[in-house]
Amino acid sequence: MSNLWLVVRREYITRVRRRSFILATLLTPIGLALFVVIANAVFTYSNDDVQRIAVIDDADLFRGTIPDENGLYFKFVNEPLENLREDTGEDRGYAGILVIPEIVNPRSRNFRVQLLSDETLSIDAQARIRGRVEDALREYKIKALDIDQATLASLDTDVTVTVRSLTTTEDGESDDRSMASAIGAGIGSVMGFLMYISVFVYGMMVMRSVMEEKTNRIVEVVISSVRPFTLLLGKIIGVGAVGLTQVLAWMVMIPGMLFLVGLFFGLDADPGQMPNSPDMDPEEMQSMVEKLTAGLGDLNWWIILPCFILYFLGGYFMYAALFAAVGSAMGDDMGESQSLTIPITIPVILAFYIMMAAIQNPNSSLAVWSSIFPLFAPIVMPARLAFDPPLWQVLSSLLAVFLFAAAMVWMASRIYRIGILNYGKKSSLKDMGRWITAKY
Amino acid sequence: MTLSASPTSTAAPSAPVIEVRNVSKSYGEKVAVDDVSFAMPPDAILGLLGPNGAGKTSLIRMITTITAPDGGQILFRGAPLNGYHPTQIGYLPEERGLYKQMYVGEQLIYLAQLKGLTAAEAERRAREWLATFELEGQWKKKIDELSKGMQQQVQFIATVIHDPKLLILDEPFSGLDPVNANRMRAEILRLHASGTAVIFSTHRMEQVEELCEYIVLINHGRNILQGKVSDIRRQFVENRYRLTYHGESLPDALGQRYELLNPTVSTVDIQLQAGEEGNDLLRTLLDLGIQIQGFQELLPSLNEIFIKRVSVVG
Repeated sequence: MSNLWLVVRREYITRVRRRSFILATLLTPIGLALFVVIANAVFTYSNDDVQRIAVIDDADLFRGTIPDENGLYFKFVNEPLENLREDTGEDRGYAGILVIPEIVNPRSRNFRVQLLSDETLSIDAQARIRGRVEDALREYKIKALDIDQATLASLDTDVTVTVRSLTTTEDGESDDRSMASAIGAGIGSVMGFLMYISVFVYGMMVMRSVMEEKTNRIVEVVISSVRPFTLLLGKIIGVGAVGLTQVLAWMVMIPGMLFLVGLFFGLDADPGQMPNSPDMDPEEMQSMVEKLTAGLGDLNWWIILPCFILYFLGGYFMYAALFAAVGSAMGDDMGESQSLTIPITIPVILAFYIMMAAIQNPNSSLAVWSSIFPLFAPIVMPARLAFDPPLWQVLSSLLAVFLFAAAMVWMASRIYRIGILNYGKKSSLKDMGRWITAKY
Repeated sequence: MTLSASPTSTAAPSAPVIEVRNVSKSYGEKVAVDDVSFAMPPDAILGLLGPNGAGKTSLIRMITTITAPDGGQILFRGAPLNGYHPTQIGYLPEERGLYKQMYVGEQLIYLAQLKGLTAAEAERRAREWLATFELEGQWKKKIDELSKGMQQQVQFIATVIHDPKLLILDEPFSGLDPVNANRMRAEILRLHASGTAVIFSTHRMEQVEELCEYIVLINHGRNILQGKVSDIRRQFVENRYRLTYHGESLPDALGQRYELLNPTVSTVDIQLQAGEEGNDLLRTLLDLGIQIQGFQELLPSLNEIFIKRVSVVG
């Protein structure tokens, strides 16, 4: 068996069987599911406290009925207010009295109703009562001012901005670009975020692995059998495989958990559909879903997915190599790592912010150039992929990423081979620069 | 039909296991090894000596192919070092350690596989060696759970498990209790007797005198002394003899004739001048009627030679 494979296997096996890895892999989806359950419960929490509201409707706005909802019950009364006053409060009939005065001028834009209550009604209840009155008032005004319903409805116009790329022919399929760009933004930000997280998490893992061997002093034993370059490469590949395992496990487990959660709790676990959008009318919903599926189908998945994997690999190798170089220059004190990791974390964080900007303006020159600049490209370009960037940009960006990643691995191996044998004190960036060209 | 050359014909069997030829190495401005040459003697454990920072580790790292010399050449059985040779070398560095989270057995198999053994062979030998050190029961233990002494023994097994032709031990006994140190010394001697060449690097002279018949002394990157231990000691004799005698006191005549040093109740060291012989001294002592109990030439200890040479050159 080749030494590279032995190193990769060791890195992989010793990590994957660790309790911390197994726990993180299993608990993350469970934690997420738990979060969804709790979040859903909080959002859909309804006041189980039943409150009865007496209504004195002098304007006859509601003509005798307000449908009950969510613990609010309305009761129309004809008694004078004085009689009712004694009847409110705890243990008595009503939580509050809603007094709707007569309407003097239907054209007035202000209308004042009174809600008399000793208890503090929830903001939600107040808002609902206000909404009821507003709706009823609107109906009333339409009648009173003799406005045609249809005319009124035509005032509300649904404006859609259709964006078409100049290069596509006019008679091309009527692709809904606005939807496509929304989908692109969604997918782009997910991909960019995934890249950002994995570069950090697994890059750091490589760094810790290097530091562990150095502080344990096993490294000299190992490199008397294995070339430092092989050891470094094996480490990066092995930890990368660990990361891939974890991500794949999550990709299977997270949807599975959410499905189970949906099954048991009867929740709609789709995060795109937050519980605060219940007013969406079902027809509109239907067309949204259709547009969404159409939009998703329109994307060039056969470009996006392979590209994403390529960027993932390129970005991971690039940053893992840098983290490894830094790890090798570290002293015995793990806490000192900060000053050396900052030069690596800055471009990652910058790339993340550029990515967010690029989603807003995927063809701005900032987006274009930073998706070719190799340190940013692995995070920025995946976010742009769904916006169908020109092929030359994708190709030159990929080329730049891979050349740069190879250069980084080479450079890291130069630093690494010296750094790992430099026991004791932390080395400076200047030292590391010298090691790149130093003979050894 | 042509005869193909047998593998042994390229590497001369009689060539020394390791020959270092005019090897130099610098790190930036600092010269770590400066034109060092020596060859492994055929049947001796070679002691590589020198104070801290003399260049021992730099030299060893070049022999183990961890680094490459700037100048000069290192030959393994007559052939320049190449990528195959690390599998023939077992190296116990001064700065050593093990993977704390790995199991003993699995770790030994991994390190042996890196040296080119198959998994099955590695496992067989690992079990054998653990039995030698009475550590069979530790196979499924993590390194972290072992005592320091046990860890050192596992480390030693990892160094020799692939049956190296050359064994390089850098301060192998540091941190070992006397019992374990003795056991390891016995194993080193056994391996040496069975034909393994051993380089033993240390600055502990008493260990050198116990194990090595041949030494190379390095200071400031330079090879300042080398040869058989007995020859070197002879080379450094100061023509001084120790007399152990019986009786009240020594006659004044002796003191007038020779320089006397370190007198005690029954011994005195006698310093001879250049050209004077021990036999003549003995004759004089007899003539003076001194009751001789013992008479021996004083050989300098390696420690004295070491300190002397290092301070002279330094």
